[in-house]
Amino acid sequence: QLYYQVSNFGMIVSSALMIWKGLMVVTGSESPIVVVLSGSMEPAFHRGDLLFLTNRIEDPIRVGEIVVFRIEGREIPIVHRVLKIHEKQNGDIKFLTKGDNNAVDDRGLYKQGQHWLEKKDVVGRARGFVPYIGIVTILMNDYPKFKYAVLFLLGLFVLVHRE
Amino acid sequence: RKNVEDFTGPRERSDLGFVTFDITADILNGKNGLQIIFDWNVKQLFLYLSAEYSTKNNALNQVVLWDKIMLRGDNPRLSLKDMKSKYFFFDDGNGLKGNRNITLTLSWNVVPNAGILPLVTGSGHVSVPFPDTYETTKSY
Repeated sequence: QLYYQVSNFGMIVSSALMIWKGLMVVTGSESPIVVVLSGSMEPAFHRGDLLFLTNRIEDPIRVGEIVVFRIEGREIPIVHRVLKIHEKQNGDIKFLTKGDNNAVDDRGLYKQGQHWLEKKDVVGRARGFVPYIGIVTILMNDYPKFKYAVLFLLGLFVLVHRE
Repeated sequence: RKNVEDFTGPRERSDLGFVTFDITADILNGKNGLQIIFDWNVKQLFLYLSAEYSTKNNALNQVVLWDKIMLRGDNPRLSLKDMKSKYFFFDDGNGLKGNRNITLTLSWNVVPNAGILPLVTGSGHVSVPFPDTYETTKSY
């Protein structure tokens, strides 16, 4: 009985993992789904909205696109719009970003001495979004007790749900 | 157009362009008047006017000169005259001087209530040539 429940749980977890890894391959992004953390892209996106990204190399970076990028040395990804690009013949590109809701471009956010972003800084391009849903992950991050409650409930659900 | 030090960027002198423009657009009706762009799932349009050109330094340059957020319910007709660019039109180098082929296009990002985020480029575009010399007078 217990063995069955444990293997059932294991199957759910590994299916979820497979779907996630599959998404990573299909979209080309290491983080195909991100949660919007700040209000710098309002009124388009709000804190808690969920973004779906792709990061295909064949898709060139062009102005107007919404990119999710990381600044070297920082973990938190930023979601802003491309304001300026300069691309060389060989495809090397440097670009500048700005949040819709910010008065100035992002140069102040970049690393000291860094004036441009490059392809390597990009996590992905926002292709679609769903509002509000990501607020759960923000809550789990800000209120650890909530996270434990969610995990506890999930575990309970799996154990209780029997074929 | 002037050759000015861009204090926000790398410490070399780059070309700074000055462009004034008029925009007339009727966003409600699509190309054939058949498309309704502002349907029930469209929360807003992010409109932007961008300049695209080539230089010796860079095969492709794109600079957003102006942008506007148009929410569902806002007046969908734009009739802007004598606008100055919202953002500095700095080149990465000195590629604006004598550049005859700068194309201005109006594009927009459709932001739905939920779903796909398409980027659409308007069908009209304008070519702007820059003169061969720099301006020395403060005419802006």
